[in-house]
Amino acid sequence: MSSDILEITLLSLRVSLLATGISLFIGIPLGTWLALRRQLRGRGFMLSIINTGMALPPVVVGLFVAMMLWRSGPLGSLELIYTPTAIVIAQMIIATPVVTGLTASALQQLNPRLRLQLLGLGASPIQMIFSLWREARLPLLAALMAGFGSVISEVGASMMVGGNIRHHTRVLTTAIVLETSKGEFQNAIALSILLLILAYIVNLGLTIIQQRGTR
Amino acid sequence: MSETILGIKDLTIRYSSQAVLQVDSLDIQEGEVLAVIGPNGAGKSTLLLVLAHLLNPDTGQVLFHGKPIQHENELAYRRRIALVLQEPLLLHQSVFENVAAGLKFRGLPHSEVKQRTNEWLTRLEISHLSNRPAYRLSGGEAQRTSLARAFALEPELLLLDEPFSSLDAPTRARLLQDLHTLLSQTNITTVFITHDLDEALLLGDRVAVLLGGVLRQVGRPQDVFTAPSDGDVAAFVGVETVIAGIVASSQNGLVTVVADDVHLEAVGDIPIGARVWFCLRPEDITLSISEGSVISSARNRIIGRIMRMTPSGPLVRVVVDCGLPVVALITRGSANEMKLQEGQSVTATFKATAVHLIPR
Repeated sequence: MSSDILEITLLSLRVSLLATGISLFIGIPLGTWLALRRQLRGRGFMLSIINTGMALPPVVVGLFVAMMLWRSGPLGSLELIYTPTAIVIAQMIIATPVVTGLTASALQQLNPRLRLQLLGLGASPIQMIFSLWREARLPLLAALMAGFGSVISEVGASMMVGGNIRHHTRVLTTAIVLETSKGEFQNAIALSILLLILAYIVNLGLTIIQQRGTR
Repeated sequence: MSETILGIKDLTIRYSSQAVLQVDSLDIQEGEVLAVIGPNGAGKSTLLLVLAHLLNPDTGQVLFHGKPIQHENELAYRRRIALVLQEPLLLHQSVFENVAAGLKFRGLPHSEVKQRTNEWLTRLEISHLSNRPAYRLSGGEAQRTSLARAFALEPELLLLDEPFSSLDAPTRARLLQDLHTLLSQTNITTVFITHDLDEALLLGDRVAVLLGGVLRQVGRPQDVFTAPSDGDVAAFVGVETVIAGIVASSQNGLVTVVADDVHLEAVGDIPIGARVWFCLRPEDITLSISEGSVISSARNRIIGRIMRMTPSGPLVRVVVDCGLPVVALITRGSANEMKLQEGQSVTATFKATAVHLIPR
């Protein structure tokens, strides 16, 4: 068991960091776009969909992704079911609405006239957006933490699409479920504490970055 | 004759099909300070956003050096101007970083950014605040930072939208004086938006009066203030007595106007029978209580009763009912010495040359 722990922990970290990273690439631009396009038709509807997505049950996402990836499913030929990649895909779907929704609300909190001021000082649209991100860095890092927190802690999707296969797709949360069902409560508790420590270390790092340079 | 830097042609801005701004033509000359005045909601800020090309007009064009500004060249245009808004809108960075922001957007070399930022921190007397985070500045310091940020760009055109309106009076007076000095030193072409007549008089080489989204008068300050083009402009620029009358006689440049059976004299050359607005500034009216004949060069003497007295600072505004309401502005000392009170009978005196006649 103990030799497996390092492997499980590293896989958890790798999968969740990768999923969070991809969700940032999608969520931050999408959230920014939704926040800045005030006159966009259907913007309120899109934001409500995103906000609902923030509360997506991981097990539902897992079921949906599994159905897609099953051998008989539409993407079955990719042979991704029960692989770490499948977990990354499912977790990315969970984290993206969280990052998008929190990015949009972070930027909507800025003074709308700040954009005019930046453009009026000669900022290009890209420079203007980078300046806005910098202004909203606290809530944006909070979005990142919330995104990571939502996937490192989920078990439903990892179980459905990963299958909890030893040496292959077993992550901390699925291992905890397994150990508990076997009656190995000591192992389950040890893994739980490890998961908490891991989440704490990542968030501590992000919090230090977030609070640097503020009052 | 100086060159036209910025021009507006046949401009309209609509909000839900209603025109909020309509400017047929406005030219801004190189080196001048154009003060745009008007009450709240007149479209002043909208006009400034159009000039900065941050708001696209529904019709018409903005021309920079004679060429229309379009989507393709708007970034290049904005990098030749600078904008200062009513709120300083500083970034959550140090004062230095804020002043340097526009220079960095332009991709200038590091050494030049540093040198120009430091120069303008000094010229706006905030170099001691260089490392302070912007959120720890007072209102006046923040607006100085915002001005330094704009001046550091050495723009061809400076656009200022009521930069002092949220400051307390002493801070505002100092900053206004400093801005006046900087503008005359740098000779930067400037459009200065304000609702404050004193600011417009101090800074403006020309004054444009914007009322209800329409430019009503553009001219030298003395012309706008002493010879407003219509009744609304007159009322806005502080000509408080505006009386509707008809010219009864006109000879040798002296005009008699009849309004509600009162005969008033004014200087002008307007044909008999013309309908006019008879305009008077309150500081041009003298009040006296002696009803006997005092020999004076003033052509107009009308007797009335004081309707209302309103103190304003060291002055008192007195509204006298002479058949028509006449507003006079006198010092508090005079009011006390003459023991003026509401209901009292007084004589209002003013010179024919103090009257401004506007055809109606």
